[in-house]
Amino acid sequence: MAMVEVHDVHKFYGDLHVLKGVSLHVERGQVCTILGPSGSGKSTLLRCVNVLEEIQSGSITVDGTLMGYAKDDHGRLHELRPRQLAAQRSRIGMVFQRFNLFPHMSALGNVMAAPVRVAGRPKEEAKEQAMELLERVGLADRAHHFPAQLSGGQQQRVAIARALAMEPDLMLFDEPTSALDPELVGEVLAVMQDLAASGMTMMVVTHEMGFAREVSDVAVFMDEGVIVESGSPAELFDNPQQDRTREFLQKVLSHTE
Amino acid sequence: MSSKAPGAVNAPAVDEPPELIRAIPLPHYGRWATVAVLVVLAAMAVHGLVTNENYHWDLVFPMLFTYEIGRAIGWTLILTVAAMTIGIILAVTLAVMRRSANPVMRAVATFYIWFFRGTPIYTQLIFWGLIGVLYPRLSLGIPFGPEFFSFRTYDVFTAGVSAILGLGLNEAAYLAEIVRSGLGSVDKGQEEAAQALGMRPRSILFRIVLPQAMRVIVPPTGNETISMLKTTSLVTAVPFTLELTKVATDYGSQTLLPIPFLVVAGIWYLVITSILMFFQSKLEAYYGRGDSTTPGRLSLRGRRRQRTSRQAAINAAHTTPAATAAEWTP
Repeated sequence: MAMVEVHDVHKFYGDLHVLKGVSLHVERGQVCTILGPSGSGKSTLLRCVNVLEEIQSGSITVDGTLMGYAKDDHGRLHELRPRQLAAQRSRIGMVFQRFNLFPHMSALGNVMAAPVRVAGRPKEEAKEQAMELLERVGLADRAHHFPAQLSGGQQQRVAIARALAMEPDLMLFDEPTSALDPELVGEVLAVMQDLAASGMTMMVVTHEMGFAREVSDVAVFMDEGVIVESGSPAELFDNPQQDRTREFLQKVLSHTE
Repeated sequence: MSSKAPGAVNAPAVDEPPELIRAIPLPHYGRWATVAVLVVLAAMAVHGLVTNENYHWDLVFPMLFTYEIGRAIGWTLILTVAAMTIGIILAVTLAVMRRSANPVMRAVATFYIWFFRGTPIYTQLIFWGLIGVLYPRLSLGIPFGPEFFSFRTYDVFTAGVSAILGLGLNEAAYLAEIVRSGLGSVDKGQEEAAQALGMRPRSILFRIVLPQAMRVIVPPTGNETISMLKTTSLVTAVPFTLELTKVATDYGSQTLLPIPFLVVAGIWYLVITSILMFFQSKLEAYYGRGDSTTPGRLSLRGRRRQRTSRQAAINAAHTTPAATAAEWTP
């Protein structure tokens, strides 16, 4: 069964139709990159997967669990309680464009927060695990620094470690390198690449074409709230079938290469 | 001085220090004129204070340190602290209710704030004083059903209790708006990140949002505390008669010399306010109003010191706006 199953999802902000029937599935262990111009709905789609945004039509399941609602025996949908939503989200890690680290906690405190507060693990055990994670993202020596004392790249790596601390089945990356100075992008992508190699299922909204091409199993091109085209990165990049895809790739690639 | 092509790189000057600019300072005639005028005005004011016998300075100084005045100061401080404590606890509750998804909670909080801000504190205090007349006995039970226990209202709502409740409940309405603006000022991404980790609303509020909102909440709360110190003089409306203004005016009418006693009270209010202002400025510095602590520009020692301060880390992270605090003066 697919790890993520997005079925005919529609999303409105008031009258604005942001997602217009998006369907997508990501197999366990796959890396799916979502490309597209700004305003195409790609970040919104990602935020719908862990119910930071509500959807108005369609369904999203993660590892077989329907997200955001509970279905009763008669097929009717019920809203979830806050703690049920929290439980669903705790199985999905998310990394934000602007890091969103908790500024009043050290790097270590950030990584320990969810295991202690959400999973109720003993502090010592959580600390040990958090140190391992910081080691994994190459920041063990920065464990006691506050976010404001770290570079953007370091902050984003702490954010990845924080998201991994709940041992999620799925990781969502919402433009993880867009807020970074160019020379700091590489260190974050390297961590993400390691993570992909370890078999993590990942959905990545990005403008890093090199990463999309090398690391992803599936690349999806979105524009104006629909998926225009999807396929293996080789297909999408070298032989795009749609004009819109071709135009977008031309613009982006001529800019970066 | 040699002319160079635009963009040319200077050869590193080794020995010669640069010639420093020695400009003639601007003359500030206006400042000197202002000082002269102020000195004359101040001299006139002091002369008026010292030579006017109606102030009875000979009475003021011995009265400053009498037992009765000291006790009155004590009561004023007790009223201030107790009312602010009730106010702060209730205000956080009200602010959270106003942000709740539950429309009933929102409505109740909005009504409370509307009611207590919409009626004068003086009137409210009179009502608290009259509560025993309105309801001679209070009881807990089921409406139209059995009563569990009851008591005589004035046994519980003594003048002191009424005064503290009256001040505290009124203050909560104002503080609730301060707390609400503080909670609203925290970057939305903070709550989202906590949600994405699976944290529940209560944890998000107390562990993530509130600690960062303190930066916006605490300085104006200091302001409210100073304001409360003087509002306590209204509790004669209850009537509660042990606080500073009431005690001072009572002495004034007994001795038929109201002015020296009011001067005594005024001096003590100024002293306490000065102490509170000192702590308020410390609080504001700590919570980083107009903060300039950008990491990376600090010396090594500064960095080490900063590492020890959680608040400095919040200030530097810019998850709440700087200097929203100054706008809160009721």
